[in-house]
Amino acid sequence: MRQVIIIGSGPAGYTAAIYAARAGLAPLVIASSVEAGGELMNTTDVENYPGFPEGVQGPDLMMSFEAQAERFGAEILLDDVTSVELEGPVKKVTLGSGEVVEALAVIVATGSAYRKLGLADEERLTGRGVSWCATCDGFFFKEKTIAVVGGGDSAMEEATFLTRFADKVYVIYRGDTLRASLTMQQRAFDNEKIEFIWNSQVTAINGEESVTGITVHNSATGEDSTLEVQGLFIAIGSDPRTALVSGQIDLSDDGTIAVEGRTSKTSLTGVFAAGDVTDPTYRQAVTAAGTGCVAALDAEHYLATLPAETIAQTQGPAAPEEKELVTS
Amino acid sequence: MSNVKAVTDASFENDVLKSEKTILVDFWAEWCGPCRAVGPILDQISVEHSDKIEIVKLNVDDNPQTAAKYQITSIPAMKVYQGGEVVKTVIGAKPKPQLVAELAEFLA
Repeated sequence: MRQVIIIGSGPAGYTAAIYAARAGLAPLVIASSVEAGGELMNTTDVENYPGFPEGVQGPDLMMSFEAQAERFGAEILLDDVTSVELEGPVKKVTLGSGEVVEALAVIVATGSAYRKLGLADEERLTGRGVSWCATCDGFFFKEKTIAVVGGGDSAMEEATFLTRFADKVYVIYRGDTLRASLTMQQRAFDNEKIEFIWNSQVTAINGEESVTGITVHNSATGEDSTLEVQGLFIAIGSDPRTALVSGQIDLSDDGTIAVEGRTSKTSLTGVFAAGDVTDPTYRQAVTAAGTGCVAALDAEHYLATLPAETIAQTQGPAAPEEKELVTS
Repeated sequence: MSNVKAVTDASFENDVLKSEKTILVDFWAEWCGPCRAVGPILDQISVEHSDKIEIVKLNVDDNPQTAAKYQITSIPAMKVYQGGEVVKTVIGAKPKPQLVAELAEFLA
């Protein structure tokens, strides 16, 4: 049995791991088999994470988080959690491998999942022109015409990034004022390859073998029009990933895990939550990291209230030896 | 590093299309994070099911002709070939149990 298990490996999960490891809790981080490092692994330039005046590449940032957590004795497992039993004093976490690991405390930092448009042909044409990852797939759209749906920072970043490859990038947004930060907006407005289509929603994706176009409905004029595009990148936000824990801990009306005030305490004793899965509003790497820290401190305080004989049943050294920092 | 064989534009016909075996081609690139994540999982499947399927990888940067021919627009893309034809396509990095389930008919 562990003192604490952390589910998730984005900025919240790894920050929780750094603090928990430094507190001598020898945390086990279940980092996911194919999404370790979280959303920033598919991001290029991160320009707003403090401490990096020149910016930093998303994957580099997350590998630094990971190295820092490991340095203090966090154990990182590249596996997925398939189910959890969070009630009672001993929490059970089942892994993709079938193994069940137990802990006295669990920190849920499962982040969020990309939102879909909900159109009939979206699934069928995924990988045939429909994409959620500009950094993965932009390369295949050299000299092509692309549409990006969305008006937030990630939509602006994707549109700007895609102009490296595409001849033309439409940004389709349902409103007439973007949600993106001013810097990101301005960068997109200044880019000659980007054309904005306001007050509009994608209502159909056309194409048999691959995407050939989209149908767009303008809510201001009531008109439908067709755009010839070979690619459609969807960046309309994300929803908190709560499937694992819903039914066991309370969720807020907005779908995030409910936490008590500015703490990370969920409705179940010994279960803490941090990062985007708790955050309907800010959803930044730095806010996620901040709440990851909160969760580790809350878990540490909780574990300190447990009887010494309970803690004695857990594995992991009380004060782990500091490892050499491996930099790549 | 990966233990699966790399195929190229030049070798694709012989290694994949003319092969008598069931071949899974992993279309990937260095700059694709999800590709790097799914690579080790494909390595494992390759070892565990070597009697049923041969897994190879094709770098789309170095081999644009084959990537274009099969209209790859999203990676990782995993295509299963039998007798020179694509019989199954899986798009995106997925956890091992899910990937094994999707490929079940070729692994059993």
